[in-house]
This record gives sequence, structure tokens and C-alpha cells, in this order.
Amino acid sequence: MAAAREDEERPERRDVVRDSLGVGVATGLYGASFGALGVASGLSVLQTCAMSVLIFTGASQFAFVGVLASGGAPLSGAFTALLLGSRNTLYGLRLAPLLALSRWRRLASAHLVIDESTAMAVTRPTTALARTGFYWTGLSIFALWNLFTFLGAVAGSTMGDPRAYGLDAAVGAAFLALLWPRLHERRSFAVGGLAAMVALLLVPVTAAGVPVLAAGGVALLAGVLPRTRDGGAS
Amino acid sequence: MTVWIAIVLAGLGCWLLKVAGLSVPPRILERPLVERVADLIPVALLSALIAVQVFTTGSELTLDARAVGLGVAVVLLVLRAPFLVVVFGAAAVAALLRLVA
Repeated sequence: MAAAREDEERPERRDVVRDSLGVGVATGLYGASFGALGVASGLSVLQTCAMSVLIFTGASQFAFVGVLASGGAPLSGAFTALLLGSRNTLYGLRLAPLLALSRWRRLASAHLVIDESTAMAVTRPTTALARTGFYWTGLSIFALWNLFTFLGAVAGSTMGDPRAYGLDAAVGAAFLALLWPRLHERRSFAVGGLAAMVALLLVPVTAAGVPVLAAGGVALLAGVLPRTRDGGAS
Repeated sequence: MTVWIAIVLAGLGCWLLKVAGLSVPPRILERPLVERVADLIPVALLSALIAVQVFTTGSELTLDARAVGLGVAVVLLVLRAPFLVVVFGAAAVAALLRLVA
């Protein structure tokens, strides 16, 4: 009985590992463009690499160097990074009951809480599979993201524009693929569309990082507003 | 020097934000309101990230090869293509488009 159940779960675990490594490779490679951008914004190779090791949340890092590149002060760059990083708090909220971690493991694992590791964990039915998705994604991204940050920073402009390889389009596609399974509910679809619109409207008039955060407010509002129809269903 | 201070502060702050999320007692999440919001937050943030990533350059709204790449991704997702095919399909089409444009 137990053996039979394990046999059933094994291919699924393999699927989760394979998908996680796929996300890890796709995301990790993009570290090269962060490395190149970091150096281009005036940071040293060491500073650029330190950001990937210490901050380790892509959108925050891009926002940070974006502020530096446009002539902003380092501390306002850090503040923007924190604003964007606050979404990881919400991811953690979602992950905590799924991963069921002890106190010490929580402190170490927290560093791996990012968009991709969360997305690869929250859809899993069991704690074991959620952990598989979370750690395989988080650790493979951490290794590759830092490696490619270094390579990108060293190569700098010599490797050329990452856009020539379509890497910027790959990021949007990756986010969409992560979002896709959540869109089957009409409510999610509406919230996603509204959030995207709010973000685009704010881009021309606010600092980098603010549009995405404000879009998070859409989710907050949609969650708080009472249902208009069939109040019981979820 | 202030650059280093800013990097360390951002690193420490981002880690603390992550720890805070993982450390919230589960009974808070069991409230239906919190659960609903926590479900919708990734949807809203991912949608906004896609929009900003694909349709903006700096503080301007733009329409370029990335939008075509996203369109390709939608088609591939409707066809139930695997994740990597979606990601690299979108990249390949965007790169190809830039090559010929």
C-alpha cells in the first residue's frame, strides 16, 4: 500500500524537479543581463555580485541598479529594492503552512523566497512536493543567478546586448507561464487584468518599483470587497 | 562607500521581509479574508510584472518585439506547451524579429 503510493508519487516528484530546474536555468541565465546592467550603471564587478548574493530577488536588484543608472542616490535605490521586496513577505505568508519549516530552517530558507520558488511550490498538493519545488527552484536559481551575474558583470558590454537573444522577452513569457494556471477563475482574471492596467498607468508618473507594488493593492482591494454574487462559494 | 552601505541594507532588509512572511503564525492565514488576499496577491503582482517587463522601457510605455514574444507565449500556453518551450519560444521569436527588423 505504502509502496504503491510511493510509486505513484515518484514520477510526479520527478516532474516537479524537472520543471524546477527548467525555471532555474531560464531565470539563472538572466543573471547575466543583471551583471551587465549592474556594471553599466557604475557598480564594480564585486558590488554587482554582492547584490546578487545578498539581496537575491531579481526585480529588487534590477530596480536598484535602475535607480543608480538614472542618477539616483544609492540609498533611494535600496529603498526601491525594499518596496519591491515586500512582496516576498506575502509569498512567505503563503509558503509557511505549505513548507512547515522549523525555526532555524526558516531563517536560512527565507533567503530563497522569490517569485519563481514560490510559484513552483504553491500549486503542489503535499508538503513534500511543495518543498521539492521550493528548494530545487530556489537553490538552482541561487547558484546560476550568482554565477551568471559574475559572468555578465565581467563580460560587461563585450558579450553584447542580452536583448539580441530575446532574453528580455523570455522573462515576460516565464512570468506569464507561472501565472497561467491561476487564471482559470474569473476573479483572478479580472484582478490580473486590473493590476496590469494600474501598473502601466503608473509607470510614466512614478518611480521604478512603485507600479508593481500599487498593483498589489488591487489584490488587497479585491480581497476585501464583499462578493456581489453567490456569497457562499469560494 | 554609501553604495556598499546601501547594498548591505537592501540585502538585510529584503531578507527580513522574507523571514517576516514565513514567521507569521498559521492561524492568521486561516482567516478567510487573509487567505483570499494572499491568493490574489501573486496574481496581481505577476500580472503587473509582466505588464511592466513587456510594455515599458524606463518610464515610457513601449510596444516592441517583447510584445510579440508575449503573444507567442500565449499561443504556446493555449497549446499546452511545456514551460521551457514557452519561455525559449518567446525569446527565439523576439530575437529573430530584432534580427530581421
